[in-house]
Amino acid sequence: MRVSIPTPLQSYTGRREVEAGGATLAEVLSDLDHQFPGIRFRMIDEQDRMRPHIRFFVNGGPVRDLAQPVGERDEIVIVHALSGG
Amino acid sequence: MSTNVPEAPLSTPGGMPKPAPPARGERLLVLVATRKGAWLFHGDRRREAWRIDGPHFLGHIIHHLVLDPRDGRTLLAAAKTGHLGPTIFSSTDLGRSWKEAARPPAFAKSPDGSGRAVDHTFWLTPCHADEPGVWYAGTSPQGLFRSEDGGDTWRPFSAINEDPQYRRWMGTVQDGTPDGPKLHSVIVDPRDPAHLYIAMSGGGVHESLDRGKGFAPLVQGLEVVEGFDVSDPTFHDPHCVRLCPSNPDRLYQQNHCGIYRLDRPGVQWVRIGARMPERVGDVGFPLVVHPRDADTLWVFPMDGQTVWPRTSPDGRPAAYVTRDGGESWQRLAKGLPQSQAWWTVKRQAMTADARDPIGLYLGTTSGELWMSRDEGAEWSCIARHLPEIYAVEVAEPAEDAEG
Repeated sequence: MRVSIPTPLQSYTGRREVEAGGATLAEVLSDLDHQFPGIRFRMIDEQDRMRPHIRFFVNGGPVRDLAQPVGERDEIVIVHALSGG
Repeated sequence: MSTNVPEAPLSTPGGMPKPAPPARGERLLVLVATRKGAWLFHGDRRREAWRIDGPHFLGHIIHHLVLDPRDGRTLLAAAKTGHLGPTIFSSTDLGRSWKEAARPPAFAKSPDGSGRAVDHTFWLTPCHADEPGVWYAGTSPQGLFRSEDGGDTWRPFSAINEDPQYRRWMGTVQDGTPDGPKLHSVIVDPRDPAHLYIAMSGGGVHESLDRGKGFAPLVQGLEVVEGFDVSDPTFHDPHCVRLCPSNPDRLYQQNHCGIYRLDRPGVQWVRIGARMPERVGDVGFPLVVHPRDADTLWVFPMDGQTVWPRTSPDGRPAAYVTRDGGESWQRLAKGLPQSQAWWTVKRQAMTADARDPIGLYLGTTSGELWMSRDEGAEWSCIARHLPEIYAVEVAEPAEDAEG
């Protein structure tokens, strides 16, 4: 599926959009980390919590649970800094 | 030589390290970590001309940037951004290229996900000279981590990270410093890599005699804020602890309440800041020890009155030095602004080289880098308009190190 990468994380991917696979958001993030080592820990802490200011949207809707199922045709957008000016 | 880095002293038959001779290398490197990135200042032998290299990691919060004194070429940077999690970068070519740690410092995962998460790595200490490639890291919230591969992979080190008693002493984010409670001042005895000291803001100073398997509080003689239990480490707020390379039995501490000295094997800290001028006081953050004279110590006082402005007292910044172990203090302000200068110096942002005479370096909260080539007698500004400076280290790179 297509994953949109925010600018602070494009140093890992080298591009704005990448392809990743998985049946849940957690699996997609694991696949991203496999492709781009280190990227997951910048978004998800060691207790598997989303870091402050990092948000995930699947097909435009916010997702707060890493166990959220996702499908091949879904579009995932990773967003940072929704808060603040 | 960085003052928080254990040097490799030459042992004498009595076990007391022989003071290291003055450094004579051609190259000097000042490492500046800021709220918005890192800068490297390459100095000449006379410490007069500086080549600026930076910014590195523009926009990243760099809490500490340290060169490994054991090889003179491995550089570690503790980094995070306002939005992304913490990590460690390393370079072996003095910043031409950087490699991210495969496993940055992270607490053990708790079964229910309620455990602590590292917000940022605050402090980096190269381990003993006999343990090449080994580093310690102190984090916010308070945690102690160790790498045995030059900073590529880090693991929780010592039971204190999860120990219930230590967790109580650490308190919560509510109890810590404004940008998070910290474990800092990780010190390795240059005579014995199993002998460690750590400090926690808050949580007190602690000692380990068994390479970190166990720690014990070392807080006797220290004061705490009035009305709290002085015997409880949770109320102790050490700002900075330094060990004297020329006499590893001597420690100095700047904490929330004053400046102290401890001579081991004694366990009773003695307040030596009481002899500072009353108008200035003895609250502050950084401490700098002389690499060859355990009686010489520099401090940089801060206004800790009322609401804790954290500025230079009266807007008149000055270092103070003692040359007699704290019996007396002299003001060192020549060259520094004489009025209306409302910056101060953070705990990691003042250091010394090992030349003769000693060079002192300090970075300000207003983004200025100052130095003195004569042990503080006169100061000059190397750089202005940098971001808020969090840490300054000075190092002697290997002669063949790239960069």
